[in-house]
Order: sequence, then structure tokens, then C-alpha cells
Amino acid sequence: MDSKEIEKLRKDFPILKRLVNGKPLVYLDNAATTQKPRQVIDAVSAYYASSNSNVHRGVHALSEEATEAYESARKAVADFIGAESAEEIIFVRNATEAINLFYYAYALHKFGRGDRLVKTILEHHSNFVPWQQLAWSRGVEEKIVNVKQDFTLDYDEFEKYAAGGRTKLITVSHISNSLGTVNDVRRIREIAEKNDSLFLLDACQSVPHLPVDVGRIGCDFMAFSGHKMLAPMGIGVAWCRGELLERFEPFMFGGDMILKVGLKESEWNTLPYKFEAGTPNVEGAVGLHAAINYLKKIGLEKIHPHGLQLANQCVSELESPGIKTYSPPNGLRSGIVSFTVPGVHPHDIATLLDREGIAVRSGHLCTQPLMKALGVPAVTRASFYIYNTKEEVGKLADALKSAKKVFV
Amino acid sequence: MTEKSGQSDPLYRELILDHYKNPRNFGTLKDAASEAEDSNPLCGDEIKIGIKVKDSKIADVKYVCSGCAISTAGAYLLSEYAKGKRLDDVRRLDRKFILKMLGINPGPARIKCALLPLKALKLAIYSYLGLKFKGTLGNP
Repeated sequence: MDSKEIEKLRKDFPILKRLVNGKPLVYLDNAATTQKPRQVIDAVSAYYASSNSNVHRGVHALSEEATEAYESARKAVADFIGAESAEEIIFVRNATEAINLFYYAYALHKFGRGDRLVKTILEHHSNFVPWQQLAWSRGVEEKIVNVKQDFTLDYDEFEKYAAGGRTKLITVSHISNSLGTVNDVRRIREIAEKNDSLFLLDACQSVPHLPVDVGRIGCDFMAFSGHKMLAPMGIGVAWCRGELLERFEPFMFGGDMILKVGLKESEWNTLPYKFEAGTPNVEGAVGLHAAINYLKKIGLEKIHPHGLQLANQCVSELESPGIKTYSPPNGLRSGIVSFTVPGVHPHDIATLLDREGIAVRSGHLCTQPLMKALGVPAVTRASFYIYNTKEEVGKLADALKSAKKVFV
Repeated sequence: MTEKSGQSDPLYRELILDHYKNPRNFGTLKDAASEAEDSNPLCGDEIKIGIKVKDSKIADVKYVCSGCAISTAGAYLLSEYAKGKRLDDVRRLDRKFILKMLGINPGPARIKCALLPLKALKLAIYSYLGLKFKGTLGNP
């Protein structure tokens, strides 16, 4: 993406015009959530202004329109990630809920003592804690793959842990939210196939940034959130290979997930409704649809290279005796750069950057086990998206140098 | 950010930075009458605080912490203040007192950092007194 293109698309994001502490906002917290373009805000607003109604059960015009809006969003998502059919798309609140869906609807019923699962140390808590629970409640053995000195996964360890014929689940993030490492999903798929294991992919940080095709990746289940890809909060996606999804048990009961309700027993609805009990987030789906259209217009293939370019610039500008970055080698990097300034707490760094209008995240980034492995209590993270510029990375580097001086 | 604007930042005024860079009363008490630990998981701030007690008063306070400038400076100022004070008075200190003592308004995002040392100290006092700490810093 060239600077002209970025300048043009920045105009689509009303929030980028605002000042923070008297300075133009430099929003570098995109791995937490992205800002929303006018096109998404307008789509949600237009839905409420003209079509708002509850979906599926109504026969009146508005309900039909709302249903059409909701279901066409589902089709757009299916098409966006290369799903075989829209029935494989379950709308949830976010990736966390998607992974919990897998946990409650499948893992709790199907896995038990003698089974093993393999996850990694760099997982977000949402893909870490459920499996601890599974180990506690069902006696499933957990193996945790470590990261190497270069902040990439130890694939030899991965192979070793997955081997032995007992591994039922391999669960891993596509891109680490803390390190930005792009994990080798092809290799992980091979490991899963070789060991006849299911492969769950947390694609929160990848779907917004690069073309993700579930068929090509060869995973069995995938989770991602809309709000990290320009859509509203409260809408996320669980995708599951249809044949596997048929074997899931519903874990939320109520309206819409049933076909027939008798006095003593009920019959479940077909896919995907069986897993969408209650009134869904229609505005969220509408917003997600608009976000997908927006990203497709830009071209998904252009987003990751842009983030990578900014990350490379960030790493090279920050690299100095007083700053430590936690970033994998160039080829495996993405638009996320975590760093620490020895002697200064990451929260103090974030506060001083905020004074300059620069929004970054600091803390454990929902990856406490990884922080422990890295030997730090917390880090500061800059994460980039389509509207970020080289100049903004420069501002971050300058502000950081000044922040350091405050503490010398 | 210019160097000047950073230094004049009220949140990082000289006093706070000095206490952060040269924390005093740092360490563990060998014969502590009571000890307590607390952490602020969001930041990764951790503090362990120990007290000695004589005649229902705090005879000595030491703490070990790994945290940000605000919590570390706060721990020092609080430990200095608490020495010689009655347990019953210290356990009634509140958020307003801490903010006044620090001389800053850290804002909602950082208030927990400012309050962490007081919470740990209160935990130590409550445990010494055999009382249950209910965890509200406003109304002990």
C-alpha cells in the first residue's frame, strides 16, 4: 500500500481525526481492536434506520429484511474464509466464545483420560485456559510447546509432543498476539494429519491481515473476532468443518436452536442454528459484512505486507541499547511489535506515549504464561493496521526516546 | 515528545521518579509480625510487604515490589508515613489519602497502581489483627 492510498483510506475512519491529549491520535493498538470505517458505521446505522427487526421467525417485511441481512453476512463470511457452505459458519460474540463453543459442544463430550492435547506457550488466554479446564475436568493430558530464542515455535518439540497416537487435539494461534510470530500452519497441519488429531486454529490476528482459506490451511475448526477486522464488537465467527460440526452437541438451549419442542423433549434445529440460541447480533453481522466488503476492496493480500513493513521499520528504529524487542526473524514477523525498556515499567511507557496521543497496549497481553517464559512481567506492544503510516512509526520511536529520558 | 514535556508531566514529577529510581525501605523484615502479598495482574505489578508491630503501632515496614513508577513510589511514601502510626489508623486510610500523598491524579487506567501498596499494607494489618479484609479501599 502506498502512502497515497493510505492517506485516502484514513479519511474513511472518523476517529483518526480526533486529538488525544492535544495531539493527533496515533492508534497503534490494533491487535486489541481496530477502528471502524464510515462504511461499517453507516451499514449498522442504516440497518437500524430501515430494517431493524428480529430474525428468522417473523413473516413481516422487516423481519424478512433483517433475516436476509443476517444470512447474507453469513454467506459473505463463508466466502471470505473459503468455507464449503454457510452452514459451517456460526456467529458468536468473539473468538473466545468460538473456542468455548468447541470446548463445551465437542471437547467436553469427546475427550477424556488417556487423550492428549497439544497447545503452545504463546496462546492467548482464550486458547490456553479452556484446555487447562479440560485437563482438570476430564483428565486430558496437556502438552505445551515452547518458543525458541528467536520467538518462533519449537517444531521439533511439537512433533515430539504430538507423536504417540494419543493426541486428539492440536490447538494453536495462526499469529501470536504478543510476539507477532506467524506460525507455520502448513507444518502444524502435517503434524495433525500424521497423528490423526483435530486441528483448531485461533485466527484472530490472521484473518484481518491476510487471505485465510480454511480449505487450504486444512484446519478443522477456526475462531476469529469481527472487531479486530473493522467490524463492531460483539460479533465473531466459529467455523467448523461440516462433517465434524454434525457431531457437536448443543451447549446453549433456547429459541432458534430448536425445531420442535415437546413437553418432555425437543428436537434440535439444523446447522448452523443449532448453535445459535437466542436473538443473535444482527447489527454485528451487518457490520461484519460491511467490513469484509471494505477489506476485499483494499485487497487482503496487501494488508499483511503493509503491517510487516511498518513492523520492520519499528523494530529497526526501536533497536537501540536501551530497548529490547520481542520479534521473530523478518520472514515470520507480522504487524505486531512488543518491546520493553529495561528499568521502566511498560505501563509507565504506555502512559508517557499516551501523553503524545499514541495508543499502545501494555501488560501481559492476555499471555501470562508467555510473559513468564520470556522472563518479563509485562511488555508494551505496538500493533499496526491498514491506516497506520511510516510517519506514525517514526512518532512512536521519537516519543519512546523521550520517554526513556524521563527515567534516566 | 520533547524532553521538557516529559519532565514536566505531573504524573512523573521529580518526587515520584526519585522514589522509583531509589526505592527506600526496600527489602524483607526478618522478624515480621505480619506479611502480605498482592498483585495487579493487569500490569504485572507485584508487592510483598511486611510489618513489625509494637504497642499497636507499626514499628517498621519493608516491602519488595516489581512494578511501575507509581506503585513503587507509592510503596515508599506509604511505608514512610506508616512508621510509628497506630494500626487502627493505618487500616482506615483510603484512596483519597493515597492520591493526596502522591500528589497526582493517575486517572482511571492507573489508579490500581497507586492503590496497590495500600492494599497490601492493609492486608498485612488485617491479618495481624485477625480480621477479614473486605477489599474495598474506600471504606475499610
